[in-house]
Amino acid sequence: MAQDATAHARTIRIGCGAGFSGDRVDPAEDLARRGALDYLFFECLAERTLAAAHVGMAEGRPGHDPHLSRRLTPVLAPCREAGTRILTNMGSADPMAGGEAAAEIARGLGLQGLRIAVVTGDDVAALLTPDMKLMDAEGTLGEVGLPMIGANAYLGAAPLVDGLAEGADLVITGRIADPALALAPLIHEFGWGDADWSRLGAGTLVGHLLECASQITGGYFADPGRKDVAGMAWLGYPLAEVGADGAAVITKLPDTGGLVDRRTVLEQMLYEVHDPAAYLTPDVTADFSGVAITQAGTDRVSVHGASGHARPEGLKVTVGFAGGFLGEGEISYAGPGAAARARLAGEVIRTRMVELHGCQDPIRVDLLGLGALLTPTEGAAAPDPDWEALAPEVRLRVAVRSRSRELAETLAREVEALWCAGPAGGGGARGRVTQSVVTRSVLIDRARVRPQVKVITA
Amino acid sequence: MTRHSPRTAKLHDLASARAGDKGDTASIAVIADTREAYAAIKAQLTPERLRAEFPDRFRGPVRRYELPALLALNFVAERALDGGVNASLNLDAHGKALSYLLLGMEIELPGG
Repeated sequence: MAQDATAHARTIRIGCGAGFSGDRVDPAEDLARRGALDYLFFECLAERTLAAAHVGMAEGRPGHDPHLSRRLTPVLAPCREAGTRILTNMGSADPMAGGEAAAEIARGLGLQGLRIAVVTGDDVAALLTPDMKLMDAEGTLGEVGLPMIGANAYLGAAPLVDGLAEGADLVITGRIADPALALAPLIHEFGWGDADWSRLGAGTLVGHLLECASQITGGYFADPGRKDVAGMAWLGYPLAEVGADGAAVITKLPDTGGLVDRRTVLEQMLYEVHDPAAYLTPDVTADFSGVAITQAGTDRVSVHGASGHARPEGLKVTVGFAGGFLGEGEISYAGPGAAARARLAGEVIRTRMVELHGCQDPIRVDLLGLGALLTPTEGAAAPDPDWEALAPEVRLRVAVRSRSRELAETLAREVEALWCAGPAGGGGARGRVTQSVVTRSVLIDRARVRPQVKVITA
Repeated sequence: MTRHSPRTAKLHDLASARAGDKGDTASIAVIADTREAYAAIKAQLTPERLRAEFPDRFRGPVRRYELPALLALNFVAERALDGGVNASLNLDAHGKALSYLLLGMEIELPGG
C-alpha cells in the first residue's frame, strides 16, 4: 500500500495504536480506518506488565495481554480492508496463546485466512545460571534470593521480519525491544542490511518516537498555561511517513486532538534514553545525538540525522522474581487539623503493624498532597508543620511490601479499621493488596537465544 | 562594573522536562526554551547541584548528557527510584513526577 509509485520517493506509513497495556483503544481504530497505513503496531509490554503476566500465568490465567481482545477486535477488519499489517508484543508471557486468541477473534469476525506469525524464543529461563552477574545491581542472579518466576530476553527485529516475509497479517511477540515493532517493517520494506547501522539507527528512532503513542501527540506533555494542548480527550495517536533512508515525518490524523510539534518530538526522543549517542537495542547502538527536528507543517515534524553503530554482543534479559505483596491502605481527613489527624492515623497503623502484627518490613506513610511523590521512602526531610496546618484536606496512604500476603492484607484491613478506631472524621477508606515482582537484568550471549516464528491461520 | 544581585526564575519558566524510568534508574530530560536559558541552565543545573539539593532522592551516580543543538540536557540518575517500579513503596514508583522536582528549582538569570 505504498503511497507513491516512484521507488525513490516511496514512503512507508507506520502508526502506533497503543503505548502501554492499559492505553486507550479508540484512537487505534481511527488510525486503522482513516490512516491509510501500511503498518499499525501496538506496544503493550512494560517491565511491570510482563511481570504481572507471569504472576497471572502462575495463577492459571492466560499469559497473553489481558486487553488483547478489546484492542484487536475493532482493528482487525479495517486493517485487512486497508491492507494494513499489524505488529504487537501482546503475546506477553505466552505469545502462542496470544496468537491463538487472535486467530479466534479473527474467525469470530469472519476474517478466515488471516495469517498470524507468532514469535517465541524470548523465554530464556532455562538458559540462566546462578553465577550470572546482575546489570542493575550488585551481585549475581543466585544472590537475589527470591524465587524466579520468569526470564525474557529482549529480541530484535529479525524474527518479525521473518514473519512479515512469510506473509503475516499480524505478528505477535512476547518480550521484544519496543522500537523493533517499527524497525522490522522498515527492514522488510526497504531491504536494509543487517549491518547498515546508520539506517537501522534511523529506523530505531522512528520506533522509539512512536512506541509510547500519545506521548508524542500531546500526552505526558500538557501543562496548562505553559504547554497547552487542545482536545486532550481526543488525542490522535501518531504515525510516521518513513523514507528509504530512514528519515521520517511524524504526524497524526486530521481532526484529532493534541499536537505534534518540535517540543513533543524532542521530549519523546529523550524519553527513557540514557546516552543519546548510544541507545542500546538488540539491533543497533542507535545514535540520536545528531538528529535534527524541524517543523514541516501543522502537526508535521521532520526528523533526520539519526545514525548508529554496531549492535551490542549481549542481549538484555529481564528476570522476574516473586517479590512478595504490596499492601496499601488510604483514608482521608478534611478541615481544621486534617494533617495532624492523618499523621496520628499513620502512627497508629505503624504501631499496630509492628507491635501487634510483628511486621519487620519497611512501612511507608504518606500524606498525599503534601509531598508524597517527590520524597524518598527513607531519609525524607521533615515536613514543614506550618504548611501542613494549612492543608484543607489530606489523604493518608500507608504501604508495606512483605513476603507475607497475610501481613499485606493486615495493613489494608488496619487502615479500613480507622473508620471507627482512628482519629475523628476519617472518610473514604480503601485498601488493596497487589502481588509484586522484583525485576533484575542480566546479559546473555545472543548466540544462545534462538527466536522461532510459527505462522498460524485463522 | 557594578555587580547587581542576580534575578532568578523557576526552571519551569525557562524549560520543559520529561521523566522516564528503567529499573531503578531515572532519566530526566530538561529542554530549554531559548539559547540564553540553555546557557544558564547548563551552567547551574549540574549533577552536583541535584545531589546537593535533593540528597535523599539522588543518592547514586548522576550523569548528564548535553545536546546543545537541541538545547537539551539529559540526566540519568542511578538508584533514584527506591528499587524501581516493581519494588518501590512510593506511590509514584516510576518516578514520573521527578521532572517537576527539577522544574521547581531556581535558576539565576544573567544580566540581573
